[in-house]
Amino acid sequence: MELKEKLVSSFLAFEDTVDIDAPVHDIRSEAIKVFEEKGFPTKKEEAWKYTSLNTILKHDYSVFPKEENTLEFRDVKKYFLHDLDTYKIVFIDGKYSSNLSETTHDKIDVCLMSSALTKDKYRPLIDNYFNKIPKEDGLSSLNTAFSKEGAYIYIPKNKLADKPIQIIHFSTGKESSLLLQPRNLIIVEENSHVQIIERHQSLTENPVLTNSVTEIFAEKKAHVDYYKIQNDNQNASLIDNTYISQETQSLASVHTFAFGGHITRNNLNFYQKGERIDSVLNGITIIEGKQHVDHNTLVHHTSPNCESHQDYKGIFDEKATGVFNGKIIVNKEAQKTNAFQSNNNLLLSDKATINSKPQLEIFADDVKCSHGCTIGQLDENALFYMRSRGIGEKEARALMMYAFANNVLESVKIPELKSRINKLIANKLNVHIGFDL
Amino acid sequence: MLDIKDLHASVEGKEILKGLNLAVKAGEIHAIMGPNGAGKSTLANIVAGKEEYEVTGGEILLAGEDIDELSAEERAHKGVFLSFQYPVEIPGVTVTNFMKTAINETRKAQGIEEMPAKDMLKKIREKSELLEIDRKFLSRSLNEGFSGGEKKRNEIFQMAMMEPKLAILDETDSGLDIDALRIVANGVNKLKSEDNAIVVITHYQRLLDYIVPDYVHVLYNGKIVKSGTKELALELEEKGYDWIKEEINA
Repeated sequence: MELKEKLVSSFLAFEDTVDIDAPVHDIRSEAIKVFEEKGFPTKKEEAWKYTSLNTILKHDYSVFPKEENTLEFRDVKKYFLHDLDTYKIVFIDGKYSSNLSETTHDKIDVCLMSSALTKDKYRPLIDNYFNKIPKEDGLSSLNTAFSKEGAYIYIPKNKLADKPIQIIHFSTGKESSLLLQPRNLIIVEENSHVQIIERHQSLTENPVLTNSVTEIFAEKKAHVDYYKIQNDNQNASLIDNTYISQETQSLASVHTFAFGGHITRNNLNFYQKGERIDSVLNGITIIEGKQHVDHNTLVHHTSPNCESHQDYKGIFDEKATGVFNGKIIVNKEAQKTNAFQSNNNLLLSDKATINSKPQLEIFADDVKCSHGCTIGQLDENALFYMRSRGIGEKEARALMMYAFANNVLESVKIPELKSRINKLIANKLNVHIGFDL
Repeated sequence: MLDIKDLHASVEGKEILKGLNLAVKAGEIHAIMGPNGAGKSTLANIVAGKEEYEVTGGEILLAGEDIDELSAEERAHKGVFLSFQYPVEIPGVTVTNFMKTAINETRKAQGIEEMPAKDMLKKIREKSELLEIDRKFLSRSLNEGFSGGEKKRNEIFQMAMMEPKLAILDETDSGLDIDALRIVANGVNKLKSEDNAIVVITHYQRLLDYIVPDYVHVLYNGKIVKSGTKELALELEEKGYDWIKEEINA
């Protein structure tokens, strides 16, 4: 049976596990219809021209893991930012792990989507926010249809989340192949701040496909910094659908560190709904082998005096392939918009590929919009310069790659995270650099 | 220190050095002059180990050891330093971090442990003062947005940090005003010792008023065609290169 049919027919079984009388379930029922109609995207669609899901859709994924699995912290410690005090929402094979997590209901809510979707006290917020921004495409609808578990974060007005929040999804490989569909909802009310770090980690070579949807609401003057660490193994694929709705004077940033996985697709969508909003989309991609990373971004400017900044750096070795498709829409009303986009790439091998495509749809006449894209190789003269100072070839190459990606790291606001990303890059490049850039 | 014997080298199939001989002893300063296209920069780059140049004959000995098969970094580890005619901009790497990496990589290759941070800072401070370099300069990206003079001063700062056995200064005077020239020359003179050797490649005599060479060589058409003392440089300044060309071609 094809995966699509299997999923559609699984919906009936899924309904046995949730309250079908809850209003949320109407949303799910609608969503499964949309998925049934639209299915998975194919390369015939413009937005999927360079990314084929065929190889990852052929597995016979388990949709509902049978048993609860556990992990010892010491075995997975390295995947945490453990040198930093954080809240943690941890899932193992899609199920909440209470022993690895540290949640709170003290002034702020850092807890589970399963609670938020079922308990009465969350009902008004769920009614207001749940599934209000995702596109009605096949993948987001599929996630909505099976939405049940994930992270729920609520920061009420004038609150500073007192420490960063880590959301980590482990898959153990107990199932021969596994489909995960986490659903996250993050609501940051007026004048409040939060920092979130998200990571997906498969612990074995068994195939895993994650189709996640994250909705983020940044109300007036809210600050949201979201960091995605994508450094998974060769048989783990990720389709990340993130939707961010921003109100007046809010600041939202998403950093995506795409260092590994089989196929990684980031659908990152920003919707600005007020004035003087700032949206930041930064990314570093470093991949090799046959890895594939596709960044598909959208920034929709609807009101005057807003900004958006996109800076994506990519380094592709061996047969790795990358895609950057960045769309900026500026409505007629959105005068004085400043929208910047840059995508710079290094190809380290003749067989590596990057497809970079800016899409600007500008309907206002008084705006500053710029986009730039470069594709190049490491500068041989610069390499010789460094080597003539005694820096080995491998280190010189790494130093240049660090330097190339450095400005994206500079905007990471959590020092421990920055240092972790530095280490991940050093590991990837197989070098030791004696300092943090 | 440096012995070059019958060196032949080509780039992209074109022969540029055609049997060059040069012997530089420790404690000496040699100047290599010559018209454009004579092969001066090629010589500098070959000694430093640039891979685009193919050595087709002869040998290069550093302190008696053949370095022809060594990579650029291995030559640096053995004490070769090239001050670049056109220093490369490396955005994202500060001058300080670049020097720390260069020195510690070199020490690692020599089997010495990393320089303690305190000593490194002290050395950076001393050497930047020698070259009259502003401290703020050291936390800027290497050569990025530096003026021509700043780049050259930074090259000699790097030389001061690396303490090479053999320093080759390729057109270090080009792009320098008289004050910068004085600072750079003063730096080089202070770095000069009985244990190291300096080869100054220049088009003009001007630099040699400040860095006084023991020997002056004229490089023309891929060979050293004339050698003399510093008076030769003055003669070249006065009469140009045509008389040499005529002498050779006669």
